Amino acid sequence: MQKEYKTITEISGPLVFAEVDEPVGYDEMVEIETPNGETRRGQVLESTSTFVAIQVFEGTSGIDKQSSVRFLGETLQMPLTEDLLGRVLSGSGEPIDGGPEIEPDEERPIVGAAINPTAREYPEEFIQTGVSSIDGMNTLVRGQKLPIFSGSGLPHNDLALQIARQATVPEEGEDASEFAVIFGAMGITQEEANEFMDDFERTGALERSIVFMNLADDPAVERTVTPRMALTTAEYLAFEEDYHVLVILTDMTNYCEALREIGAAREEVPGRRGYPGYMYTDLAQLYERAGRIEGRDGSVTQIPILTMPGDDETHPIPDLTGYITEGQVMMDRDLHSQGYEPPVNVLPSLSRLMDDGIGEGLTRGDHADVKDQMFAAYAEGEDLRDLVNIVGREALSERDNRYLDFADRFETEFIDQGFETNRDIDETLDLAWKLLSMFPKTELNRIDEEAIEQYYHEGAETEAEEVTAD
Amino acid sequence: MSQAQETDTTENGVIESVSGPVVTATDLAARMNDVVYVGDEGLMGEVIEIEGKITTIQVYEETSDVAPGEPVESTGEPLSVDLGPGMLDSIYDGVQRPLDVLEEQMGAFLDRGVDAPGIDLEKEWEFEPTVSKGDSVAFGDQVGVVEETVQIDHKVLVPPQYDGGVVAEVHEGEFTVDEPVVVLENGEEIAMRQEWPVREPRPTQEKETPKTPLISGQRILDGMFPIAKGGTAAIPGPFGSGKTVTQHQLAKWADADIVVYVGCGERGNEMTEVIEDFPELEDPVTGNPLMSRTCLIANTSNMPVAARESCVYTGITIAEYYRDMGYDVALMADSTSRWAEAMREISSRLEEMPGEEGYPAYLAARLSEFYERAGKFTNINGTEGSISVIGAVSPPGGDFSEPVTQNTLRIVKTFWALDADLAERRHFPSINWNESYSLYQDQLDPWFRDNVAEDWPEQRQWAVDTLDEESELEEIVQLVGKDALPDDQQLTLEVARYLREAYLQQNAFHDVATFSEPEKTYQMLGAIKAFNDAAFEALEAGVPVDEITEIDAAPRLNRMDTTENYEEFIDELEADIKSQLQEKY
Ligand SMILES: Nc1ncnc2c1ncn2[C@@H]1O[C@H](COP(=O)(O)OP(=O)(O)OP(=O)(O)O)[C@@H](O)[C@H]1O
Ligand SMILES: [Mg+2]
Repeated sequence: MQKEYKTITEISGPLVFAEVDEPVGYDEMVEIETPNGETRRGQVLESTSTFVAIQVFEGTSGIDKQSSVRFLGETLQMPLTEDLLGRVLSGSGEPIDGGPEIEPDEERPIVGAAINPTAREYPEEFIQTGVSSIDGMNTLVRGQKLPIFSGSGLPHNDLALQIARQATVPEEGEDASEFAVIFGAMGITQEEANEFMDDFERTGALERSIVFMNLADDPAVERTVTPRMALTTAEYLAFEEDYHVLVILTDMTNYCEALREIGAAREEVPGRRGYPGYMYTDLAQLYERAGRIEGRDGSVTQIPILTMPGDDETHPIPDLTGYITEGQVMMDRDLHSQGYEPPVNVLPSLSRLMDDGIGEGLTRGDHADVKDQMFAAYAEGEDLRDLVNIVGREALSERDNRYLDFADRFETEFIDQGFETNRDIDETLDLAWKLLSMFPKTELNRIDEEAIEQYYHEGAETEAEEVTAD
Repeated sequence: MSQAQETDTTENGVIESVSGPVVTATDLAARMNDVVYVGDEGLMGEVIEIEGKITTIQVYEETSDVAPGEPVESTGEPLSVDLGPGMLDSIYDGVQRPLDVLEEQMGAFLDRGVDAPGIDLEKEWEFEPTVSKGDSVAFGDQVGVVEETVQIDHKVLVPPQYDGGVVAEVHEGEFTVDEPVVVLENGEEIAMRQEWPVREPRPTQEKETPKTPLISGQRILDGMFPIAKGGTAAIPGPFGSGKTVTQHQLAKWADADIVVYVGCGERGNEMTEVIEDFPELEDPVTGNPLMSRTCLIANTSNMPVAARESCVYTGITIAEYYRDMGYDVALMADSTSRWAEAMREISSRLEEMPGEEGYPAYLAARLSEFYERAGKFTNINGTEGSISVIGAVSPPGGDFSEPVTQNTLRIVKTFWALDADLAERRHFPSINWNESYSLYQDQLDPWFRDNVAEDWPEQRQWAVDTLDEESELEEIVQLVGKDALPDDQQLTLEVARYLREAYLQQNAFHDVATFSEPEKTYQMLGAIKAFNDAAFEALEAGVPVDEITEIDAAPRLNRMDTTENYEEFIDELEADIKSQLQEKY
């Protein structure tokens, strides 16, 4: 139906430029057929009355000026149906599991529209992940976007899998909506992919999962599409089919590298460290696709994973992400090398939606105070570690020594729980009280006096002193 | 958004190219900054460049599928807002389309090509005239009032474009915003609605030196770095350091008459939080719902970038309109960095010569034009009003040396420096007391002396000095440990710790702690100073420092903040501290 052009004038990196004599819509889908019959898909990046710039998803190698260009007259769509659950798709949404063709109930453009803030429902349902460093200190709630900031070689995948396995909403009634996982892989290795797939199969999670796979050797430009496909599917399941959807996107760093590559090919003025100036907006268009909508039962919760180049938190990728997401869970190389699992450093971690998701009736009445006190005590203990290296333990006061002991026990008992241990919120908070009871009551100045009376472990303080004395 | 555009459409042009939010058109008869409708769907846009036959337009809506050859229509009018009753208790997008109306029309997700007036054109308001037939009015003069919300009387003013003159007719009763309520002899009809182009400041008579503080109920702000009513402030900080929470605290508790909160390129949930919380929260002075004095503008990070560029102007124009009525308005913009980035994005699509870090060369000029619209003013009608502007800044990597932070600091007079390190240890608000400053301090001190306590400035200075001394001593402690310090210095560290933990920290999420009236702020600091004075007396009398710091009354300083009947609590506490210390010698 659409006209075919053989008018390619330039091929540059992932971009193809072609002359046209009829108007082509911005963002419209394009098919390019190479002389040896292969078809590549792409998208219009710029459209003028005489030429268009096309971004090709599957790479431009093999395309030449003889190739034909066909404009499909619509933007990129994702075929949607509940039957996608249990399926494995390519990074651009084609089944790759040998299963039947997808018979969609409907198709939706993958760009997605912004949720009207008046239609949102503020997320405040506690998700119990069973991980103390998250539940106790940086609580996740339904509809939140909480990334894992990690570094290469750190076990972020194990943590993501642990969360996916253990996540529950305690005290939810029988008629609770179902839970689904959407896994969007961008440029990860086959090995990493196997790690996820094996775990999904081992635990039977695959049945309620949809996997989008763009591996390291798949075309980079495809990565710009993968998360949009995943999120379009998530929105469909959440807001049409009432699922509570957990979206794991990994690795966002590879996604951003793909953006940079396209920007460079277009000869755009680069922003910080060569990444496009619009990367904030682009990332926001992904991360903001999380949340709850008034009057709908489902929800979209996002856990994007990114590896920080050079472990540098100020690198544009983690930096822009942190400015958009509702906190972050920070993996720590030191904790990892000491063997702590999961090696989460709670101090630079944050959950911004925590304050409304915890407390009486949600988790426990003492949760907020306990969390504050634990943060303050661990931060103080951490500080003292530097000093103790210089002056030695003897030069420190009894009070200071207590904080040092606290920091150690916090790591070995509270943080280091292992990837297989699932602690419920009461266990996590009771453990916190056990540790806080190392301090005299007057030192617990962030905690409500009634809570101290109720939960403080009498005698633990002297116990701790004996430990120090040894 | 203003509706005038629909009336006088001029000549059509044709789209030449589309690249994201930037569209070019040929043969369009339009002026710079005119509002145009783009494409078959009539997407709203604004002319930002004219070069020969080519007109460049920034489009306020998503441009997917828009193609060359589609029509472009000019309205011949610049981007304007509707001003009139109904703006309070409303939430708008960046071009003043009411988000609740958009939701009714297109559901939970924002679609495009839908237009809606900034204020309800059908709704009738009870107009009460304040002029009579035969009176003479000039532009800016009040002709009547409308009860806009339980809290705010909306004053109907003669629009600035009018000549003014003798009143010929006055109508009392219920009217829609477009029906004339006062008619002048020269034929000019005054209705409750007027329009104003957002990029142009509304006229005033004179700018004055502000002398009254904008009380925020946040101790570190009121007590250490106050902003004036009519002042400007910047809150720069890395992600997660507390910009939004501070802005929300100001929006909730600041003693302004009107609050305009501009969510510029930030999170959807943060706006939802305001929409859900504010109607429930009470104004600490009047007890009315906070929403009754608030106007929200939300262009979240995933909404079109061009509308992000315009949302701060929409906000400040609405603020000016209430100022003209003689109100003290406070405007929060979270975050001005996103606004600057929107400028950068548009500028780079225009292939303009980039300035520092890719920002357009006019960045500094735009920022200062915006902050210049803040101030304490004598209005055209002789009343006094003010606009305080508090802008959040989100520097990449938390590095304050970047262009937006630097250009902002050159203009604003209050600097609240957020600190990642404090945020990490959950010291909130994470405002760094060593780096922050307020240039209003001297002009506001007389107010604090007269209205709170005669020694307010001296007491503050004592706290500042103690904290200064602490940071010097900390450097030594890092080398030798605390115990190596002489007793008096150890005691100073203890006092400083109470200043930080009991006074500067303030939990925004605690029902009692969230708001600290100036009297409480003063008394809390007074209690710590009383401890300081009594402790040093004891030290001089020979009591060892360990015994002094161990008295069990001292830790109760940390509970002043969360105690509801703080006056009683503090009186008792001060007495206990004194007697417990005196027992020791
Ligand atoms: N005064 C306060 N009291 C208690 N908690 C606070 C306070 N200020 C900040 N916080 C905590 O810090 C978190 C981050 O604050 P906030 O969202 O304001 O950061 P931000 O600077 O706006 O970050 P971003 O630039 O990413 O938007 C909050 O979710 C809250 O948990
Ligand atoms: Mg913020």
